[in-house]
Amino acid sequence: MNTLKKFLGLVWMVLGPLTMTFLFIQAIDKVGLTHSDIERTNTILQWAIILFIFLPISLGLMIFGFYAWKGEYDHLPESSEEL
Amino acid sequence: MSDTLPKNNIFKVIGASSLGTLIEWYDFYIFGSLAVIIGHQLFPEDAGASALINTLAIFAAGFIVRPFGALVFGRLGDLIGRKYTFLLTLVLMGGSTFFIGLIPSYKSIGYAAPILVLILRLIQGLALGGEYGGAATYVAEHAPKDKRGFFTSWIQTTATLGLFLSLGIIVITKNILGAETFGDWGWRIPFLLSIVLVVVSIYIRMKMHESPMFSKLKAEGNISKNPLKESFNNKANFKMVLLALFGATMGQGVIWYTGQFYAQSFLENTCKLDFNDSRYILLWGIAFATPFFVVFGAWSDKVGRKWIMLSGMLLGILFYRPIYQMFLDDTDYTKIEQTDILSASTAPVTSVLIANSTDSLRTVSTKIMLKNGASFNKVQTDTVSATKGILLGKEVIKDKVLPTPIFWKFVGLIFFQILLVTMVYGPIAAFLVELFPTKIRYTSMSLPYHIGNGVFGGLVPFIATLIASFSGSTPLSGLWYPIGIAALSLVIGTIYLSNKRDENIND
Repeated sequence: MNTLKKFLGLVWMVLGPLTMTFLFIQAIDKVGLTHSDIERTNTILQWAIILFIFLPISLGLMIFGFYAWKGEYDHLPESSEEL
Repeated sequence: MSDTLPKNNIFKVIGASSLGTLIEWYDFYIFGSLAVIIGHQLFPEDAGASALINTLAIFAAGFIVRPFGALVFGRLGDLIGRKYTFLLTLVLMGGSTFFIGLIPSYKSIGYAAPILVLILRLIQGLALGGEYGGAATYVAEHAPKDKRGFFTSWIQTTATLGLFLSLGIIVITKNILGAETFGDWGWRIPFLLSIVLVVVSIYIRMKMHESPMFSKLKAEGNISKNPLKESFNNKANFKMVLLALFGATMGQGVIWYTGQFYAQSFLENTCKLDFNDSRYILLWGIAFATPFFVVFGAWSDKVGRKWIMLSGMLLGILFYRPIYQMFLDDTDYTKIEQTDILSASTAPVTSVLIANSTDSLRTVSTKIMLKNGASFNKVQTDTVSATKGILLGKEVIKDKVLPTPIFWKFVGLIFFQILLVTMVYGPIAAFLVELFPTKIRYTSMSLPYHIGNGVFGGLVPFIATLIASFSGSTPLSGLWYPIGIAALSLVIGTIYLSNKRDENIND
């Protein structure tokens, strides 16, 4: 199980930037499809909010993956003294 | 210490904590339930759909700031204590809700109206971010170790009951005043009513004592000097915050908001169900499912928290698409035969001039009653042009009222979705409390909870609607967002989480 935890850590590390790249591409695509200034402003605002929120979360997923890769989750603390 | 707390005292603790938390959820949700009406009040009359979108953006802002509220008030709760911190959040929440009910309309003060409401909405979000962690921590720190899941599950019922209360008060107020008066000024009543509920709750909470574990820590001089630094700068603790977020609260958040918010939005906006029908279905579903929060909370004391929560996510992943497909199939009235129709009555034709044009919009509305008890409105809006003649518009079927058997089938489907909510949400307070030590518990558990619920969960209606609007998508495409997030959380939770309960949280 610890080996699986470790190698899945790589997946989480890759998934973070992949998600952000996908969201950036979607944002550019959807803003490009707008027809009027008001629609463009609204779409830019919506996607800016989404990117602003999910950027730190993707970073968190990368850190989670890094910890998993380093074996930090091989043993979970059983009491607060271990924290 | 907590083990020896008399049983009637623990129920007083639960009652006082739950009442305040329930009122905070009520305050938070009435805004979303009244988004259409508030949109008309806060924005110019010709804003149309953008008024609703902007109002929903203000509603979403409340969710987005919840993690910040968790940090601000979580820190305060770990520094000065649980009791005074969640007393403060209650005052802020109640005050801002009351003032939203007093804000003049766009007609009176122009764009100051939406700006003021946005500020009050942000205060609501911050307050809620601070409230939940405090209430869950407070109850858990009073509860005996073998019944922590059972006692904290009462706090878990409050979010759903807050939604129930908000829907109930809105429906009752609207039925008493009538739709027109309600849209004019009656919508303010649910907001103003909040102040009465909050005053009662403050009175009860003032009589509460500080958490025994926090008091002990304080007496020993062991309270944290910088909870934020200890929570997030300490790698051992920070990695648990990340695990709680990705392995539990993220999936729990999307299951919660799909079952209770997206379901209602889907029935009303995609299936075009009648306003009251969509709310009654949800009210019945909530009423039947709410006791299961306590059932699963208590069960988690015996079998552990992990597998109950993850089973809820798995069932959501498997059944969301079939459930929503049934919603679509059973509300598809486009294939009805002439022999199914009991009566059809056409309302007087209305005609409205289009601004800055000589053209006008002509609307013909026909109410159709079916033999099986169902009914709907068929609305045809055409453009009448002085130069081009009549341009036929698309026929829209809306305000669908379901036949009784289908109504109860929908109640069953909503009940099942809320049952999944009770599985993921019932045990999670105890799970989070047991993950972190007393001195930084309020801060550490609040952040993953509010990112999972406020951000991943709160954005379900918005993101799912956005995905469904992409070209080539179907009405069910939006479900890929909650299904994908729940699947990721299920995998991480299954592999990385432990099912072992930490019996000693007094450290």
